[in-house]
Amino acid sequence: MSETYYKHEHLPQFPQIATGNATLASKFFDYYGAVFAEGALSAREKSLIALAVAHAVQCPYCIDAYSNDALEKGSDLEQMTEAIHVACAIRGGASLVHGTQMLEHVRKKGM
Amino acid sequence: METPDALTLDDQASGPKRTVSLARRGDALADPARQLAALDGLGLPGLDFDARLAAVGLEPLRPAALEFFQINIGKLCNMTCRHCHVDAGPDRVREQMDAETVDACLAALDRTSAHTVDITGGAPELNAQFRRLVDACVARGKHVIDRCNLTVLLLPTQRDLPEFLAARGVEVVCSLPHWRARNTDAQRGDGTYERSIRALRRLNEVGYGRGDPGRRLTLMSNPAGAFLAGNQAALEGEWKAGLAREHGVTFDRLICLNNMPISRYLEWLIETGNLVGYMERLANAFNPAAVAGLMCRNTLSVSWDGRLYDCDFNQMLGLEAEDARGVAGGLGHIRDFDPAAFAARRVVTARHCLGCTAGNGSSCGGATA
Repeated sequence: MSETYYKHEHLPQFPQIATGNATLASKFFDYYGAVFAEGALSAREKSLIALAVAHAVQCPYCIDAYSNDALEKGSDLEQMTEAIHVACAIRGGASLVHGTQMLEHVRKKGM
Repeated sequence: METPDALTLDDQASGPKRTVSLARRGDALADPARQLAALDGLGLPGLDFDARLAAVGLEPLRPAALEFFQINIGKLCNMTCRHCHVDAGPDRVREQMDAETVDACLAALDRTSAHTVDITGGAPELNAQFRRLVDACVARGKHVIDRCNLTVLLLPTQRDLPEFLAARGVEVVCSLPHWRARNTDAQRGDGTYERSIRALRRLNEVGYGRGDPGRRLTLMSNPAGAFLAGNQAALEGEWKAGLAREHGVTFDRLICLNNMPISRYLEWLIETGNLVGYMERLANAFNPAAVAGLMCRNTLSVSWDGRLYDCDFNQMLGLEAEDARGVAGGLGHIRDFDPAAFAARRVVTARHCLGCTAGNGSSCGGATA
């Protein structure tokens, strides 16, 4: 049996993080629930945003949870893939747009 | 209208075929006893349905007033969808309700105060008795539902069906797992989406899906995979906008149902390694608020051979309705139907029932919570 850092059974154990500090865990999970509640944005929109952010921060627990959640909120593979590309475009774009600083340096120092 | 013979329905041209029925393959899982055993054999906590009800003070499940007279008129179908709990298909020619049993249903209907006759199958339209049954129920002032797979409307023998249904004010409840093509075809077979859109346009042409309560078009969505059905109220807006924008198709309402771990959906769960995870999901998503609206409380389900059940799912698992003494099949055949005896029945439950109490709740009418 191979050992890995990530175990998918840890995801449902998330609430046990209260073991080390019940008060802070309670505050966090209350906040979390409030964040994802239906609001000015729908629960489905928030689910797709969460899916995209999960890929931006590369959290396997979130990717697991929100892949399932997006399916249960009626999204299909094509919609979810577009959401991931949004995360990709922003991350990639964040690198690329700093290139405007590089451009300024090169223009100043170069002939 | 003659029922098309099995060989014609076998053609891809008569309807997409995502798979082949368990019955035709001679698969062991075609036996309901094997299906029940597959669920009973799972050593997971929280799967004892009666215990879950008892824990929230809702046991035993008591019958309510009979509202829905649901007739499963046969297992013949022009499609073989992956998730079908009926194991319907073009090969199921034997399991068809005959004229005598239809007459017995009507006689029983006259002894009840059920307001709705819900005709399902297979593809109910393919039964030779279908149109006569619709006429007889409409004549009795009942609200009639046709559970329609959409592609059946494109068969040469069914070309006039939209007009027939519209003229009689039949509600069409048709299956569409998603408003986009990918999941629709994944569940029901390649080409299903394109044919479904054509069929929906035909229904729109004769007045369905335009807000006329006498020509109500309801879309019914089962998830195309091992996850719970979405919130139908939340999804309806997106589906209406998407179908109108992409295809000019309109409909009246969307209902969402969970897939039940029965027949071909059970087979799919097992072969994809999803059974344990799905049953865990159902157990974890148990929603007490979904119990009051369970259809087994207000529905009579009649099989093609006139036997009595609490719901179509129990029917496919061979779990006949029990009389007040708890005797399965003790209520007899539909020709013996006694409303008082039926009202005194014990609702039959088993592990699959968790599918109807999960999340938003699930029934032939959609969410129950």
